Amino acid sequence: MIEFRSVSKQFPDGTRAVDDFSLTLPSHRTTVLVGSSGSGKTTLLRMINRMVDPSGGTIEIDGADIAQLEPVQLRRSIGYVMQNSGLLPHRTVIDNVATVPLLRGVPRKKARADALALLDTVGLDQTLAARYPSQLSGGQQQRVGVARGLAVNPNILLMDEPFGAVDPIVRAELQQELIRLQSELGKTVVFVTHDIEEAFLLGDQVVILRDGGRIAQVGAPADILADPADDFVASFIGADRGKRALHLERRGDSDLLLDSEGRLAGVLVMPGTSAPSPDSPAPR
Amino acid sequence: MTWIWANLDLLWDRTLDHLVLSVPPIMLSFLIAVPLGWLANRYRAGRGVILTASGLLYAIPSLPLFFVIPAVVGTSLRSPLNLVIALTLYGVALMVRVVADGLASVDEDVRQSAVAVGYSGWSTFWQVELPLAGPVLLAGLRVVAVSTVSLATVGAVIGAQSLGSLFTDGFQRGIQAEIIAGIVLTVALALLLDGALVLLGRLLLPWTRLAATSRRALRVSRSAEGSG
Amino acid sequence: MNLFQDALNWILDPANYAGPGGIPVRLVEHLVFTVAAVLMACAIAIPVGFLIGHTGRGRSLAVATSGGLRAIPTLGLLTLVALWVGIGLGAPSVALTVLAIPPILAGAYAGFEAIDRSVIDSARSVGMSESQIVRTVEIPLGMPLLIAGIRSATLQVIATATLAAYVADIGLGRFLFAGLKTRDYAEMLGGSLLVILLALTLEGIFTVMQRLVVPRGVASGRTPVDRARSARPVPGMDPAITKGTH
Ligand SMILES: Nc1ncnc2c1ncn2[C@@H]1O[C@H](COP(=O)(O)OP(=O)(O)O)[C@@H](O)[C@H]1O
Ligand SMILES: [Mg+2]
Repeated sequence: MIEFRSVSKQFPDGTRAVDDFSLTLPSHRTTVLVGSSGSGKTTLLRMINRMVDPSGGTIEIDGADIAQLEPVQLRRSIGYVMQNSGLLPHRTVIDNVATVPLLRGVPRKKARADALALLDTVGLDQTLAARYPSQLSGGQQQRVGVARGLAVNPNILLMDEPFGAVDPIVRAELQQELIRLQSELGKTVVFVTHDIEEAFLLGDQVVILRDGGRIAQVGAPADILADPADDFVASFIGADRGKRALHLERRGDSDLLLDSEGRLAGVLVMPGTSAPSPDSPAPR
Repeated sequence: MTWIWANLDLLWDRTLDHLVLSVPPIMLSFLIAVPLGWLANRYRAGRGVILTASGLLYAIPSLPLFFVIPAVVGTSLRSPLNLVIALTLYGVALMVRVVADGLASVDEDVRQSAVAVGYSGWSTFWQVELPLAGPVLLAGLRVVAVSTVSLATVGAVIGAQSLGSLFTDGFQRGIQAEIIAGIVLTVALALLLDGALVLLGRLLLPWTRLAATSRRALRVSRSAEGSG
Repeated sequence: MNLFQDALNWILDPANYAGPGGIPVRLVEHLVFTVAAVLMACAIAIPVGFLIGHTGRGRSLAVATSGGLRAIPTLGLLTLVALWVGIGLGAPSVALTVLAIPPILAGAYAGFEAIDRSVIDSARSVGMSESQIVRTVEIPLGMPLLIAGIRSATLQVIATATLAAYVADIGLGRFLFAGLKTRDYAEMLGGSLLVILLALTLEGIFTVMQRLVVPRGVASGRTPVDRARSARPVPGMDPAITKGTH
């Protein structure tokens, strides 16, 4: 469990990126922070692994105040995936995945073997292991990024717009892959995006942010869709625009996310239910 | 030509002298420039001071510098040490800017992600920033190597023995072949060191050789991904 | 420190200011000789550089030649040409001009290449002729790098002109060699300081000039970030790198 208590962040240049933010992120669930650019999502995420230290308030992981933990050790115990994958261009795929285990002193041979197994986990062909990141497509690079994030088998996985830079078709694939992985691994995932559809698709708990990291609404996707807290949320999820208006429909035993013209935007995975089978329709 | 065959020993000795004069400054300037360049890249104030100083230093002509160094350092005018110091100064002046630019060219996303997965400040520098700046550093070092070898010949006019001695000797005795041999050997030595650096780069920076092939590989893997 | 004191006394000694071998005459010689060689080199290198920059043809040849010329030792070139044409001003003039060409050439074509392609495309799309593009777009925008090239060339020539005193009776370098012969360290050091002063003065003038030729509206500050982002590295763009040997 990750707990923010009245956390605020003012950067040295005076920008107040986060103001009095309090939230509990349940273990083994995916919490999605969604908001427009500049709303403080990245800042919130980076406070969890102490890339950014709060200027006020505390953050606890399983009851321990992270301000008391050594930042470098903390980061090595938390997975992190970012938009442009952030892979080290001078290391091969396999060495990128093995980066953190090696930093933690795992013998090279074992680290490589584990990394190879992880490529399977994220759906990558093992023949790619000896390539450099520049020899992969954007989607493959993101998969390697996810594998690297999982390499130390962390309890917590932080993902900062990880699928933001890939084309829509590959993004949909990656989203399904993440849903599958999460159903198998049950990590505490904190996922940042500005795409509301992606937020509803992936999140068990969705946090809609205004500027300054202020919470507009928190809840399960179905709850937010059914009952937007205010006009801001309503307009953010597109309820007032008609065109993109998302709504839920229950078909059989799963909740489908449909847009105003009845096209399928996604399948909601509720806590405890099984992931959609691979042959279920891809979103959009 | 006959002069050359008759004096192969001399040519060989001067080549060795030249190596001894020029290789230490090349290595020293790299070692000194890395921390200075890091400072210049890291701290705004340091950047102005260090880059201005190195720019001015580089503007100083070599022969006058050879004369000034003994007065500053206290070495004797004929000491080869003057030459080594001067050549090192030029190398540092050039490399500092290259190191600063090379470090600045490291992708911020990559740096951030290295920090995010738990590299400490020290290991981020050694294992991520420095190797990624490698291609730029190598390009700079190649320029330093070539110009150091060429510059070292100037020392001959104040008596520091090197391939440059073939120019002064050849000029005074009117032997064209000696001067030509000196020029050819100097250029050859420069190219040799340059080639050695390129080779070293291939060994240490294997990922940089992909630039040409990677795009093709990317296209292939994209289409593979699309179909799979 | 009294070595510098001696050198200063030598520089200030009125006796060193008179006659054909005096400081003023040597200074003017040095300067005129430098300017002449740089202008010669400009006359050759700028048109060729613009042509390469505009058409993109012959670029690799230019890069290879300037790279190769950097490796050629200036002292070797000076002494060799002196043996060919005899002692006098001819040898140094040729050698200095040859040495000044590569940086100016590189500055000229790199200046064109560093211009954003879309700027030139849009100039073409509004109906400018090729020569109009060169005159109104490429030359003004490429000017800062051209000046940087000329700056490198000038500093290189000043340095080599000092060395030229080894083969010809010219310039401030005479004091260095005369002092060396008579073991007069004050003269050597004084002469050296004069050359350094001259070089740094010109360096200062060029720094100001480089700022002035940046077209209004084009950011002059080349921050490290900008460099990192510039899509295509231009070899020889950095004045420090285009500069060869002294
Ligand atoms: N290092 C920093 N220094 C100053 N301001 C920053 C810094 N990082 C982020 N900010 C500012 O904080 C606000 C929130 O940024 P961020 O958390 O990156 O937003 P998001 O990820 O939601 O786009 C923005 O206004 C941004 O400009
Ligand atoms: Mg962000």
